[in-house]
Amino acid sequence: MAPAVKIRGEYMIVFENVTKNYNTNVGLDNVSVKIDKGDFVFLVGPSGAGKSTFIKLILKEIDADGGSIKVNGKEITSLSNRQIPKLRRSTGIVFQDFRLLPKKTVFENVAFAMEIIHQSPRQIRRQVPMVLSLVGISNKASKYPSELSAGEQQRVAIARAIVNNPTVLIADEPTGNLDPDTAWEIMRLLEQINRRGTTIVMVTHAKDIVDRMKKRVIAIEKGRIVRDEAGEYRHHDDRSLNYRGAYPITEGGTMHV
Amino acid sequence: MFNSIRYSVKQAFVQVFRNRAMSLASMFSITAMLLILGLFFVIMVNIGVGIEKAKTEFDSVSAYLEDTTTYEEAQTMILQLSGMNEVTEVYYLDKDTAMAQWKAQEWQDNAYLLDGLVENPLPNSIEVKVSELEDADRVVEVLNTFSGIKQVKYYKETVDKLVKITDSLKVGMLIIMAFLVIVSVVVVSNTVKLTVFARQKEIEIMKYVGATNWFIRGPFLTEGILIGILSAGVSVGITALVYKKVIDMLSLDMSMILGSPMVSVGFMTSNLVWIFIALGVSIGAWGSIVSMRRFLDT
Repeated sequence: MAPAVKIRGEYMIVFENVTKNYNTNVGLDNVSVKIDKGDFVFLVGPSGAGKSTFIKLILKEIDADGGSIKVNGKEITSLSNRQIPKLRRSTGIVFQDFRLLPKKTVFENVAFAMEIIHQSPRQIRRQVPMVLSLVGISNKASKYPSELSAGEQQRVAIARAIVNNPTVLIADEPTGNLDPDTAWEIMRLLEQINRRGTTIVMVTHAKDIVDRMKKRVIAIEKGRIVRDEAGEYRHHDDRSLNYRGAYPITEGGTMHV
Repeated sequence: MFNSIRYSVKQAFVQVFRNRAMSLASMFSITAMLLILGLFFVIMVNIGVGIEKAKTEFDSVSAYLEDTTTYEEAQTMILQLSGMNEVTEVYYLDKDTAMAQWKAQEWQDNAYLLDGLVENPLPNSIEVKVSELEDADRVVEVLNTFSGIKQVKYYKETVDKLVKITDSLKVGMLIIMAFLVIVSVVVVSNTVKLTVFARQKEIEIMKYVGATNWFIRGPFLTEGILIGILSAGVSVGITALVYKKVIDMLSLDMSMILGSPMVSVGFMTSNLVWIFIALGVSIGAWGSIVSMRRFLDT
């Protein structure tokens, strides 16, 4: 596979000493990490380790208790509620359960994301078919989500996430509900999107996918980054351990293969 | 901006139609409230007009003279009164003329019954017209300084009492109105809350994609406003229809009681339309904003 278009030295996401506590539970404990522009990063770890906290912080769904978070060069910890929509527009998101609107067609589900940012019907009519063809479901535009297979539904979700050209795509276990073959199709699609320059942060439990993709892997456990290593490339901060061709199962971790 | 307004309006119509039953429930509650308000309004306007009329009609003070008071003494009083600023007209009314007027105005065809009176029981009097009913007090003060006056009679007290009664009536109606408005807001907000609830998933996705709170609120707000306008329309129609019927039946009797004709249907409805629309729209809008607060705090 061709390497992604990665811009070294320019960071899309920067966490500096970020801490987040939920009552007595630790969400993230003094986490510092940098993700390059154009990179494709896996976020792994057992349930409750802090992966969701990490993602929620990037989306500013929750606020950090301390530290600094920069997305595309912008400090987001100090953003006001009114500025959050703008942040989200530059951040696409894909979920495990697709989260499509059942009463809207495929076309409408994607168009919806454009309506939200006040695009004109003309722009929508031009842009949506382009994105649908990119994710390979042009022929399903007038179908409803319930008429599609799981893989096709996830393609629609990805189309919705990228239709507004986000700089970052966050994928929260995008293959969790898919059979292995379909999962690989989705991974190829994500890689294709990554090659167009979109930074991708993917949360996953799928060991085989992580192993075969040979991308940077950030492992979180109990709110701390316990491993940060790369597949075929040496990571910029060179903290990498030897890549043994397999993602070691962390204690208590749930692994789907 | 234009794109989002169009989006809101389109969505609002779709939602109202999809949730026909609940939209109708909201409309009923707003309409019921507006109709009660309309009833109050119609009554208040008519009483108000009646009082204004009464104020101009009861602008006179009568001073009944002792039988011993001579015409000349009366004339000096009149001279003094006519020097006052508050007085527009003052004249002497002798008991025979008074009797003749009384017969003509009050007894009419039965006036012959009074012919049997041996002696005219009416006193001579001085009639004073004042420019403002409120000035009557000053005139009465002056009259009371004169000797030879048996009794001073004027209508200010009656009118004052009437004004007081209608004022407290107004306050009472305002309080009832406030309650009704709150009840309507609660009902509407619950209706909208149901539709918001049904669309919670959609709202969540909208937020993830970067919709502003106002963009999310837009369709629901428009839905509330739409329900408000529809209710206002229905209420105006019903009120006008009922009021016209009442006028046709009661107008004559009422004008006898109030001393003035009832306010016309056209005048009433043209005013009510705006009051109803303003209230309907604000209740609808308020209701939907209240119901969305919980879903939007990011």
